[in-house]
Amino acid sequence: MAAVTLKNVKKNYGTTTVVHGVDLEINAGEFVVILGPSGCGKSTLLRMIAGLEAITDGEIMIGSKRVNDLEPRDRGCAMVFQNYALYPHMTVAENIGYALKVAGISKVDRTTRIEAVADLLGLREFLNRKPMQLSGGQRQRVAMGRAMIREPDVFLYDEPLSNLDARLRVAMRIEIRKLHQRLGTTSLFVTHDQVEAMTLADRIVVMNKGVIEQVGSPDDVYHRPASIYVAGFVGAPGLNLLQAKIDRAMGQMSFNDGQTLSFDQSQWPHIPDGPVVFGFRAEQAQLVEQEGLAITSSFQEALGPTRLLHGMLADEEVVVSVSGDTEFQLDRPVRLLIPAKAMHFFDSATGRRI
Amino acid sequence: MIERTPLLNLATYAIMLLGAIMVFVPLWLVYVGATLTVREINTPELHLFAGSHLIENIQAAWARGHLGGRLFNSLIMSLGVAFGKVVMSALTAFGLVYFRFPGRVVVFWLIFITLMLPLEVRIVPTYAVAANALWPFQSLLDTTGLSAFINAMSGLHIALEWNLLNSYTGLILPLIATATGTFLYRQFFLTVPDELLEAARMDGAGPFRFLVEFLLPLSRANMAALFTIMFLYAWNQYLWPLLATPDRAGFGTTAVVELKLLAPTVSTNGGGTPDWNVAMAGCLIVMLPPLLLVAFMQRYFVRGLIATEK
Repeated sequence: MAAVTLKNVKKNYGTTTVVHGVDLEINAGEFVVILGPSGCGKSTLLRMIAGLEAITDGEIMIGSKRVNDLEPRDRGCAMVFQNYALYPHMTVAENIGYALKVAGISKVDRTTRIEAVADLLGLREFLNRKPMQLSGGQRQRVAMGRAMIREPDVFLYDEPLSNLDARLRVAMRIEIRKLHQRLGTTSLFVTHDQVEAMTLADRIVVMNKGVIEQVGSPDDVYHRPASIYVAGFVGAPGLNLLQAKIDRAMGQMSFNDGQTLSFDQSQWPHIPDGPVVFGFRAEQAQLVEQEGLAITSSFQEALGPTRLLHGMLADEEVVVSVSGDTEFQLDRPVRLLIPAKAMHFFDSATGRRI
Repeated sequence: MIERTPLLNLATYAIMLLGAIMVFVPLWLVYVGATLTVREINTPELHLFAGSHLIENIQAAWARGHLGGRLFNSLIMSLGVAFGKVVMSALTAFGLVYFRFPGRVVVFWLIFITLMLPLEVRIVPTYAVAANALWPFQSLLDTTGLSAFINAMSGLHIALEWNLLNSYTGLILPLIATATGTFLYRQFFLTVPDELLEAARMDGAGPFRFLVEFLLPLSRANMAALFTIMFLYAWNQYLWPLLATPDRAGFGTTAVVELKLLAPTVSTNGGGTPDWNVAMAGCLIVMLPPLLLVAFMQRYFVRGLIATEK
């Protein structure tokens, strides 16, 4: 177990900068998920920690060691790859035990440790098979076993679940979490899947275009998004975002179509007059008979327990989530009540939370 | 083939059959020739069925062509070329694909150029080098005036000489120096996913371990194919061994060169009846080792050429 510290870490490929000065501290034993869309630099960041990519600028510390110039094997990290990267010509046992073999550990000790890991992952009966003869989930487990057997200081996961089918993904997610509870190893998990991020993480790091947008607990990221980007990216559907104009004197905001909504100024003392971006969660708005904001609904998605109602408000799309047994007719105005605790405001120039 | 096209199938079979006949008939005629007596083989009609003198002819060919020693020479040379090529090519391709070093592109193109310079094209300089492997250095010294300088200063006359003629080294080395194998490996190495290398690096494997424990086992099929091709290529060499082994009485030569000497000419049999039956028997013997190799390696050979095992 070791803490990982990143100080102003940058990565350039030629003249393109993919990671712009990232500062991040990961405590020993913590499970941190780096969440972001493809191309945001999250995998590059992970690979820099692993030692597979050179660091253009900045400093990476694992424990108290500065690892910038260390070979991957000397950093005490183990990595689980997206495509597992199992060694096709070796059996499962050889795959799992390869790091020990390289380290010069005796065959007897190796076998004991391989069997211990295989038992933990339910791979005992597959030890003599080749990766080709395994299912996706089993391969995933072998990849985990290969990382675990070294008892590393840090686990690095590079989108390890994205090649599995939906059901298996859920199962493996739970296994990874349980494993972390049992081993307590510092873990860094890169994904573009927010459900994985929310369920696995102690803390989530949301990245966009090589910059960290927010670092916080899953609750923080969901309920108090730090920027418009995080608000739109996290949650399914993301936060509804609308252009609005604040009138502090009246204690209300007005939308492009002239509708107004009042808010409690004492809760947002710093909110300026003028344009802001207003946001609310789909499931926190309530359908009401009278008053509230009028929206025109255009279509709905039935998800079983809930129903997503898509509509237009002031020429912008909004989504409202209602309980699955709610009945309503499409193409008729619906009224929305947005409680104060569901309101979010963002600076329309900087995109940061107010 | 996915479509059911009886006509096309028929045509395919016909072509394959024709090909098989074209390959098999000459072989059969060689075999038949090797079973006849001198008298029978020199009658005008074409013999289509085997006679009963195979053993005698083979014994005659074996004795007259010193085939025991010649086959041994051929075997050493072919194995040397095949092994040398497999090892050299793996190493050069490994260097080219996995290392960034200055001049990498230049090295790549230098190796590539050798594809355009088969042994037959560079036979004269190659012979000169084989006759004295240090000749390039000597001529460098001479043209720069360095040897004249040394001569004037110290009175020493520099004459570098290392003769490779009539040696296995001389037979083998010039045939190893081409790029075919390097490119076969290179293409394979390029298909090995980067993640495999990265996983191996995370597990602590250095470059040499990665080559020996990953790339070589993964390229087994390629190696078998390359080995087979190079063995046949070396075994069938005629021009180079002919030039590189002038000492027929001492070192001898390869079996294929000797075969030519078995063929009856006025000078070899003094104008007597040409004994083609013995030459054919010699042919049969010399054909056998490559035939056995191909039969044994065919499985790997085909796999190595058509698919990458992953």
